This record gives sequence, structure tokens and C-alpha cells, in this order.
Amino acid sequence: MGNSPEETEQLRKIRAGDVRTASRLIRNLEDGLPEAKSSLKRIFPHTGRAHVVGITGAPGAGKSTLVDSLISSFRSNEKTVGVLAVDPTSPFTGGAILGDRIRMQRHAEDPGVFVRSLATRGALGGLAKAVGDAVHVMDVMGKEIVMVETVGTGQQEVEIINHSHTVIVVLVPGMGDEIQAIKAGIMEIADIFVINKADRDGAAQLMNELIAMLNMAPESASGWRPPVIRIGSVFEPVPFGESVAELSAAIGDHYRRLVETGLLGDRMRRKTMVEIHEALRDAILEPILKGLTESGEMEQIAGRVLRKESDPYTAAEEIARRCLK
Amino acid sequence: MAERTIRIMVAKPGLDGHDRGARVLARSFRDAGFEVIYTGCHQSPEQIAAAAIQEDVDLVGLSCLSGAHRYLFPRVVELLRQQGAADITVIGGGIIPDQDFALLTDAGIKAIFTPGAKLDAIVAWVRTNIKPRT
Amino acid sequence: MNGYFSKDTLDRSAELTRQWEEEIRRAAASGSAGAPRRSTVSDLEIKRLYTPEDIAGLDFSRDIGAPGAFPFLRGNQPTGYRGRTWTFRMFSGMGSARDTNARWHMLLREGQTGLSTAFDFPTLMGYDSDSPKARGEVGKCGVAIDTLDDFLTLMEGIPMDRVTTSMTINPPATALWAMYCAAAESKGVPLAAIGGTIQNDMLKEFIAQKTFMCPPEPSVRLISDTVEFGARHVPKWNTISISGYHIREAGSTAVQELAFTLRDGIEYVEDVVRRKGLAVDAFAPRLSFFFNSHIDFFEEICKMRAARRIWARVMRERFGAKDPRSWWMRFHTQTAGCSLTAQQPYNNVVRTALEALAAVLGGTQSLHTNSLDEVLCLPSDHAVEIALRTQQIIAEETGVADTIDPLAGSYFVESLTNEMEAKAWEYIEKIDAMGGMRAAIDKGFPQLEIADAAYRFQQQIDAQEKVMVGVNKYATDTKQEIPVVDIDERVEEEQISRLKTVKQRRDSRAVRRHLDDLRNACRSGENVMPFCIAAVKERASVQEICDVYREVFGEYRDPGLY
Repeated sequence: MGNSPEETEQLRKIRAGDVRTASRLIRNLEDGLPEAKSSLKRIFPHTGRAHVVGITGAPGAGKSTLVDSLISSFRSNEKTVGVLAVDPTSPFTGGAILGDRIRMQRHAEDPGVFVRSLATRGALGGLAKAVGDAVHVMDVMGKEIVMVETVGTGQQEVEIINHSHTVIVVLVPGMGDEIQAIKAGIMEIADIFVINKADRDGAAQLMNELIAMLNMAPESASGWRPPVIRIGSVFEPVPFGESVAELSAAIGDHYRRLVETGLLGDRMRRKTMVEIHEALRDAILEPILKGLTESGEMEQIAGRVLRKESDPYTAAEEIARRCLK
Repeated sequence: MAERTIRIMVAKPGLDGHDRGARVLARSFRDAGFEVIYTGCHQSPEQIAAAAIQEDVDLVGLSCLSGAHRYLFPRVVELLRQQGAADITVIGGGIIPDQDFALLTDAGIKAIFTPGAKLDAIVAWVRTNIKPRT
Repeated sequence: MNGYFSKDTLDRSAELTRQWEEEIRRAAASGSAGAPRRSTVSDLEIKRLYTPEDIAGLDFSRDIGAPGAFPFLRGNQPTGYRGRTWTFRMFSGMGSARDTNARWHMLLREGQTGLSTAFDFPTLMGYDSDSPKARGEVGKCGVAIDTLDDFLTLMEGIPMDRVTTSMTINPPATALWAMYCAAAESKGVPLAAIGGTIQNDMLKEFIAQKTFMCPPEPSVRLISDTVEFGARHVPKWNTISISGYHIREAGSTAVQELAFTLRDGIEYVEDVVRRKGLAVDAFAPRLSFFFNSHIDFFEEICKMRAARRIWARVMRERFGAKDPRSWWMRFHTQTAGCSLTAQQPYNNVVRTALEALAAVLGGTQSLHTNSLDEVLCLPSDHAVEIALRTQQIIAEETGVADTIDPLAGSYFVESLTNEMEAKAWEYIEKIDAMGGMRAAIDKGFPQLEIADAAYRFQQQIDAQEKVMVGVNKYATDTKQEIPVVDIDERVEEEQISRLKTVKQRRDSRAVRRHLDDLRNACRSGENVMPFCIAAVKERASVQEICDVYREVFGEYRDPGLY
């Protein structure tokens, strides 16, 4: 399939790191434009170089400030950085205030940093639907590190693991339910724990509980033991800077471990499977749903199920037989 | 195709921190169904222009109460033009005397809202004048 | 029963109230009773009628008392305004130091009794006029000050031993106060003789106005340095003006203004006691406050009366202050900039007059009245004159200052005063439970409370539940033309070239040495003020001093709460 000159130009520009073109493509992907999907196909062969770092944690855990500091740290090591910061869409109005960027604005003029805010637009799991696509765009732009910051609803945001190579779980002392959250499933997804605002009361206790829990956990396939890194007050420049440097070093160590043990391949495979899943959903399920809704058939089926003339399972099987030939 | 979401940046250029208007407007835009990126206070025109491009917004709303709008507002427009983003609309608000309207309009500021402007009117202006680009 | 009213009176009142309520019910049934709900501009519900029962719980000596006596509800001074009227203190500053000096001489000639400085944004934020961040802002909404040379020009011909000066300056307060001290010395006026105020209240910057530089912790430390230095060397200076004005302008309710301001005050007192080991009575008499007088007449009066009573109780009961002057809440008031409208700007004269009247009935010690054009630009000479005359008319024609606290004992006024005090205590206790104001700011609590109130108010305006004449009611298309003051763009160039000259002429080795000393003091915890004074004398600039702070303490960034 030959590309038009515009299409070739778009690919060239994105590969050259052109922000305008890339941010426009991300926008079009968010809005679900068909031509954006075609662009995605063209850039896909060039993906796979970036180290994708997920950052999750409860609201008020200081994720954005931490990302801001990590940007500085990566930049001082001359790595280029992309950031995708996700904030919630209001379910009532469809609008959103995307405020994570405020805490990263000091990097706005650095050409090695590209920060893009995304609204969830109804997606669950702490991310926006377009996150995976946007990661690809930043990857193709040549961003060596792509950080994805989740919403932080306090819900289980395990979705992040499907998009990242390294997952950082940020905790703060004094929120009360931290350990419960960890027990409830965050434990398994964390490659690195951060205890943020570690100058607060309760930090030592949180640290101890966390370490005790990690000691009881089974060893991972890579032999990687999630480190726990304490980060103090942002307002104490020197110790803060040192602990952030420690964190960025740990992020690098984790990536190297994945490469050395061959587990990077596993993670990439998992990520790819999820993408195929999503693409299948988009390619098969969405058009069927759309067709049923627009034709009014959905209403009819619902009516039949409500009257107990059918059941959801039989109805679905009938549709599948008809549509999936 | 579903209706596209309008993306707006609300920004405070310069050194003044009076962000009441900016924050009220940001909430009002959210409640109107727009996606709003708020930059926080004390932003240089360079930071604002760069952020507007990274976020691919349709509109930048500038708020300034310090009297420095005559330099700051046109500077944002100029930077966007230089960076190939002349299609991003820029509007302004704050303490802006009538006599400065012409200067700002000539510099490419598409609308100016001063104290007393109703939120509804600003939202309506956006709905009429801003269409997400493809 | 404490006996504010006799049982007979209360019984009779209850009976009459019941009858009155019956009439209202009848009127409501026929649709002639009017609005069922009315609320203040801060959305505090106001009853149709207040009666003795509303203040039946008052204890006269505990809650009201006499002027000049605890709890100072009726004022700090037994003599009231007859002893000394409030200070007419018009906030002013624009363009260069020379321009502002000329405005000051005009105001003093016209009967103003104290000076008040507005600085431009680069000065307020600790940048020199030649900083790239200052582009377009120099001299724009206040006077540009870079070095002591500018300051000496500003004070030319001003009798510093007689006129008190208030300086609205926060992050760079130490630098500007150092310049004031150095200027006084150069005129042969001893530090013990100068009087005035530096605003120097950083907590409200994090909460509301966003003129911030260093993080909260070192910011409070610098404030404690000034409080200590003042207590020891500049005894007539108010080293802090704990401000609710900006909290209100940011959209808070009156109760929030009251509560957050007083809680800020508590935070500062705690810090000075803890960090400096000073006895509370050694510095508390020099703490001053600054309130907004908004358009809701009685709410403002009650806020100010409640403020005095809360502070007296805080100082005596929480801090164990013994000196009655420590119990006083002395405050300056400014009419509400945010109540003014760009539409039909002459109406602003009326608003300002009513707000000023409320401030006087609330017992302010000092007052700035806004000019009618302040919502459009810097005030013109003529507009400032009208604003000043407004105060003079209130003071000398209306007779409201002839008797002390004339509204005391009003069922409504005392009841609303009590209600606002109670609601303020709720906030204060909530912030105490969070671990103090710095912890609350870290959580974004006061910021978000204010943001919610501001948004609610704007929605009420849009829905016409609250009225702004000329804006959402009685609007007209005809424009009232008023002359607008314009700051010449040349001010910036001239100021930059003046700074350049100063930097060429000064002894830069001496400047560096003094800045090094200042840096060491920042690190060691030694009081920075003597080092600031030494540095400004050698013509270290405002930014050079602030850069030392930024370097040692780091920079605070907008946490972006909305």
C-alpha cells in the first residue's frame, strides 16, 4: 500500500520529533478519527524503543510533582522524555480540567520534553482509551522515556501494567488505607514503591509494613525485588534531589533487569496482547454495537429479554452467528 | 463520527497571581463539556505557547490583571505564529481598558472579556467561534 | 440565665414573635411576603427579623463589655474615634519612584495622614526591572524599586519621623524594609522613631494571592526574623499585616476571610514563640491585621467586631498573653476591589462609600477607599481625590464617628456577630486538627474552600440570584467614558537604565560579600535583617537578595488547585 506525500510527511515529521504533528495525531486518535488509525498503522513499525514507566497512586500522593522531578533527573542524564498525564472526565458534563501539567510547566520550553494531558473520557481503570496509541506516538518521536501518570482515583488502577515496562506505585503516609490497597492487588503490579512526603508522621511505620509484606511475597521470575524508595519534602532541594536520583536509577536498573533476564520480551508480549484485544474490540465489537444501536435492534433485543422471550446469552449467540461469518 | 471535544488552555501570563477569574473560568469550561488545561500562575509567554502546542488546544484564554497585557498577550500570539500554530485562537481577559482593545485585536487577540462578563456569554462565544480542527 | 434580658422581656418577645410569624404565614399564603430566603453576599442566610431571643444567650461582660476592655468587641480604645480618627491611608504607587513620590506629596497636601505603597509586580515577586520575567510589567501596577537609590527617591521630602508608611510587600519584605531602615538612617532618623507596616504575610499568598517565592516553611521563618528584629530594634513598626483582604478578593466568604486570617495569625505567633523564644507579649502588640470591606453592609461590620473578639480570646486564652495590647486586634481596611464594576464605573463611588461606612462602623484603625476607576486601570489623581474625600465626608460630616460602636446591642448585629464568630471557630478548629495552616495549605484545604465559594458566587451572579447593578441588572448599552491612566512604556527602559548605572557605580565586591553573609545567615538561622540592611546600603538589588533566598530555600510552585 503506497502512502500519499502527506502521509509520508506526517511520518517523517513525527519521527523527527515534531510536536505539532505528534500532538495533532494524538488528538485525532483520542477523537477516534479513522484517518488517525491509518496513521497509527504507518508509525507502528517504528515503535518499541521507548522505556515506558507507569506511575500510579492515590489522589494527593504527589504523582505529578514526582513526575516533574523525574523529568529533571532524566534530562540531566540527557534522556528525552514524554509524559502522558491522565485526569478524569466529569461523568456529568463530559468536560475535564487537566491540571497535572501545572506541576510540570517549568519544562514546557525544553524541546527534549513533551507533556500531553489526556482526559479519561469514560474509560475505567485509571487511564484514557488513547493512552496506548499516544505512547506509540511518543515512542516514534524518539522519546527515550515515556511516563504515564494514572488518574489516581484511589481505585484499583491495574490497567497501567498493560502499558508499561516499569510500574511505580506511589504511597504517602497518613492516608490510612495504604496497606489495605497494597493487599488488595497493587502489590503485584509494583516494580518500585515510592513513599512520598516521607518527612510526614507515619512514614517509618508505612515503610516497615511495606517491607514486611514484601518479605513475605514470592520471588518474581526475574529475581527483582521491588525497592522501596523514600522521597522527602520537595522543599528541601538537596535531599529531595538525591532521593529522586535514586528513584531514576532504580527505574534504569529495573529496565536493565528486564532486558538481561529476557522478561522484557514477556512484558512486550503482554502489552501486545492487550493491544490486539483492544484492536479486536474496536474492529469487531464496536461496529456490531454501533449497527445494533443505530438500527434500533438493540432496543428490540432489550425488549425481548425484558419480556423473558429471550435471554442475553441466546441473543448474543444469535448476533454472533449472524455477524461473525 | 462522534462530536469532537473542544480543548482549551487557560493561562496566566506574567507575574500577577490573581487567578480567581482564571480558575472560575476553568471550572465553567469544564462544566460546559470542554477539556481544559490550566497552566497555573506566573507563566511566561514562551511556556504558554509551548504548552498550547503540546496539548493541541483549539483555544488559549489568557488572564492578566497587572496591566502587562499589552506586551504579554501579543507575545503569545506571535510565538504561536512563529511555531506554525497560528490556527490556535487566542482570547484575553482581565483588567483591560477599552483603549487597549484595538492594540490587542490588531495583534491577533480574537476576543476580550473584562470584569462583569458572564460565564455563559464566554462559553457561548466559544461554542460559536471555536471548532476543533482536523 | 445570665440576665442579658429579663425573663419577662424574653417571654413577651417570644409571644410577639409568635404573633408576627402568624402574620408572615398569612402574607406568604397570599403571596405578599416577598422572598422566603435572603442571604448575605457570602450566602449566609439572614432571617427576616431578629429579636431578643436571638441574643438571649449573650453574657454582657463576657461577650460585649466596654470599649478598650476585654474582649474588645467595641474597639481597642476607650476614646473611640474621638480620641483619634482612623488613618486615611490611600494605597498608591505607579511608574517610577519619582512619579510615586509626586503622588504622595499630593495626597499629604490633601489631608491624607499615612502613606501606603503599591509596588509593581517585578518588585512584588523579587525580580529586578531588567529580568526577562519583568518584561511589560515594570511600573505597571505600582512603583518599580530595584535598589536603595530608587527608595531614596521615593522618600524624598517625606518626614520619616512623622509620617507612617505601609508597604504592601511579601516575599521580598525583608529587602524593602531594609531599604526603609537604611533610608531613615541616611536622613538621620533613628530606627526607634520610624513607624509603619510591612504586609509580610506569606500564608495568605499561598492561600489566595499567589505572590509566592520560597516554600511555606522558610517563608514563615523569614517573617519570624522580621518580627524579632522589629521587637528588638524598630519598636513602632508593624512587622506583619495579617491579611484577609486578598483571601476575600480571591472569592472567599466573609467567614472564610475571618477564619483563615485569624488562623494565619495563630500560625505566625506560634512560630515566633517556638523559633525565636520570644515571650508573646514582647511582639504581639505589633501584629496588625488587614481586612476587606465588601458590599454586604452588616456582614462586614459583624465580621470586624467578631474579629476583635476572637483575637482577644485567642491571645489571652490560647497564648496566655498578659499585656492588654497583645489582645488588641488593630486592623487596616480596604474597600472591596472585587465589588467594583467596569460597567457604569461612577456607581463605584457609591459602593466604596457604603463599604467605607461599614469599615468605620466595624471600628477600623486605618482605611483605604478604592477609586472608581480601579477596575479599569491605575487610579487617576481625580479619582483618588474623590475616594479620599469619601473618607473625609464620613469622618467629618456624617457624625457616624461621634459615638463608639453605635450598632452594639442590635439584635441583628449581635446575633450575626456571634454566628460569624462561631462559624470562624469551626474553621479554626478544623485547621488545628489538620496540624496547622501550613499543613492545611499543603492539603489544599483553604485554597479549595475559596475556589468553591468563588465559583458559587459567580454562578449566583450569572443566575441573577445575586445582583451587581450595571452588570446583571440595570445594565445599559451606553458607555460612561472615564479618563484612563496609562503608564508610559518608557518607564521600563528608563528604570532598566537607572539600574544599570547603579550596578556600574557600586562596589560589586562589597555587594558580593554582603550577599555571602546573607546566604550564611539563611543557612545558619541567624536573623537575616542586619545582613539585608548592610547589603542594600551597598546597593544590592531586590532581586539579588531574593536570589539568595531562592538559592538557599528553593522556589515554591503553584500546586494548581482549582
